[in-house]
Amino acid sequence: MQETHAVEHPHPTAATYIRVAVILTILTVIEVGVFYVPVFHPVLAPVLLSLSAVKFAIVVMFYMHLKMDSRFFTLLFGGPLLLAAVVMLGLLFLFGVFAFEH
Amino acid sequence: MSHAAPAATAHYTSMGLDSRKMGFWAFIGSECLLFGSLISTYLVYQGRSVSGPTPSEILNIPVTSISTFDLLMSSLWMVLALAAVQRGDMKWAKVWLLGVAIGGSIFLGFQVYEFTSFVREGLTMQANLFGCTFFILTGTHGAHVTVGVLWMLTLWYRAMRGKLGPEHAMTVEIAGLYWHFVDVVWIVIFTLVYLLHK
Repeated sequence: MQETHAVEHPHPTAATYIRVAVILTILTVIEVGVFYVPVFHPVLAPVLLSLSAVKFAIVVMFYMHLKMDSRFFTLLFGGPLLLAAVVMLGLLFLFGVFAFEH
Repeated sequence: MSHAAPAATAHYTSMGLDSRKMGFWAFIGSECLLFGSLISTYLVYQGRSVSGPTPSEILNIPVTSISTFDLLMSSLWMVLALAAVQRGDMKWAKVWLLGVAIGGSIFLGFQVYEFTSFVREGLTMQANLFGCTFFILTGTHGAHVTVGVLWMLTLWYRAMRGKLGPEHAMTVEIAGLYWHFVDVVWIVIFTLVYLLHK
């Protein structure tokens, strides 16, 4: 029986990889910079979590090739990742981490 | 970019996907749950230590920023190693694979320095909740980096002996998936543990 293989999309070029590394470095510098600048302290958590999420997504899409690989790999990774996030948020609610301080 | 021919050992699923790659993505999914539980535990107990040292007293952000940058750069070298293997440029593949192993070793060196300085300052696993959850979380991540470094060294050794070529591109790609996963876990840990500490 003839075996059929899924079509593999070409991976990014070395130039793309280097551009991604430059973006990741800039985002890391911004993260550390925001941490040290007092004016950002009221919005520190949302800003840092957003920057972290962007870095996470960039590495997964371009370095782990999920952007161009089979959607099934995205499901295999995204499903447990979503479950882990839901469990984490559930535990934080249960233990009162999000409770308002009086 | 040219793509290497599948190795003789390649098996494909009924979906036409490489079975090794699919299995490894499933493994990475399970690792998400492992690190999710460890990060949750750290966050649940954050700020609940009844004695010091506390994170704000002890964490060294400048040093950890440098080790974070080092790990990010090792991820770049990993993809450059894969690209070199795929195009059959084994000279540069060896350079980048060794670079990843050295980058990972430098990260581990920073972690050893951090752990020993924390212990000298009184933060042990028994000291308080912060110490216990911090060492378990970052120590588990460090163990993963150690496995990654050993993996890269075996690939480099195989390349040096001429036993790694374009036909083994998938082997390098899977090692890369592991390395990048270790990197993304650190991206999360760096933000939640170091930059958003209480």
